[in-house]
Amino acid sequence: MRTPLSSVRGRGSAKFGTDDYWVQRLTAAVLVPLSVVLIIFLVRNGAASHATVREALANPICAVLVAAAIIAGVVHMRIGMQVIIEDYVHGQPWSVLAIVLNWFFSALIVLASIWAVAKLSFGM
Amino acid sequence: MSTSKAKAAGGVERPLSPHLQIYAPSWTMVMSIVHRITGAALYFGTILLAYWLISAAVGPKAFATAQWILGSWIGRLVLFGYTWALVHHLIGGIRFLIWDFGRCFDEKPRLMLSKLNIVLSVPLTVLLWIVAYAIK
Repeated sequence: MRTPLSSVRGRGSAKFGTDDYWVQRLTAAVLVPLSVVLIIFLVRNGAASHATVREALANPICAVLVAAAIIAGVVHMRIGMQVIIEDYVHGQPWSVLAIVLNWFFSALIVLASIWAVAKLSFGM
Repeated sequence: MSTSKAKAAGGVERPLSPHLQIYAPSWTMVMSIVHRITGAALYFGTILLAYWLISAAVGPKAFATAQWILGSWIGRLVLFGYTWALVHHLIGGIRFLIWDFGRCFDEKPRLMLSKLNIVLSVPLTVLLWIVAYAIK
């Protein structure tokens, strides 16, 4: 008996078997240029004055690229940390707890950072 | 850990698959481990990035405090480590993407790519900091 590839592609028992694997690679590829942008932004603004940072993020291209780098980075790191957890944390309830905390931490970082970038960019 | 696992399996000592301590270290192995460690460091390092951005968003006073903390010698040391982790993980990531396409698996290119990871990441990080100080 043969299983048609179309009916198994991307579907394990949980129906999203390969999503994390795929998104991990996709964000990795996107982060090659985006992390370079982020590094340049930080090198230029790391020791700058408050006004300079505000001015840099008032530029829409700069703000959107920094926000994109943060979002892609957090999505990427959330999956990476889950892989580490799955490798080293065995047995319930710790494995589940660690994965949930990983989600919360990642969500917190992305929400807080994007709020900051948006506020600075909109000049509020 | 092996004994506790054996007990969990009903008190029978079962053979375990070989792990790190069995193998002699190789370039690909060490760079794979460093990739994971730098990844985990970057994970927690996002707290610094988020803090710095939030302090800027809150106002000049909070931003001055953040600049003072991150600009201290210990702050700079942590940031230098963070920069290196990012550069190293970035170059390592490109290596893994190349491997994902099934390229460079022969011994020579495989070793070359792994060595290149550390050979490039250290001087690139130093260069970044020189540039950062130069434009200040």
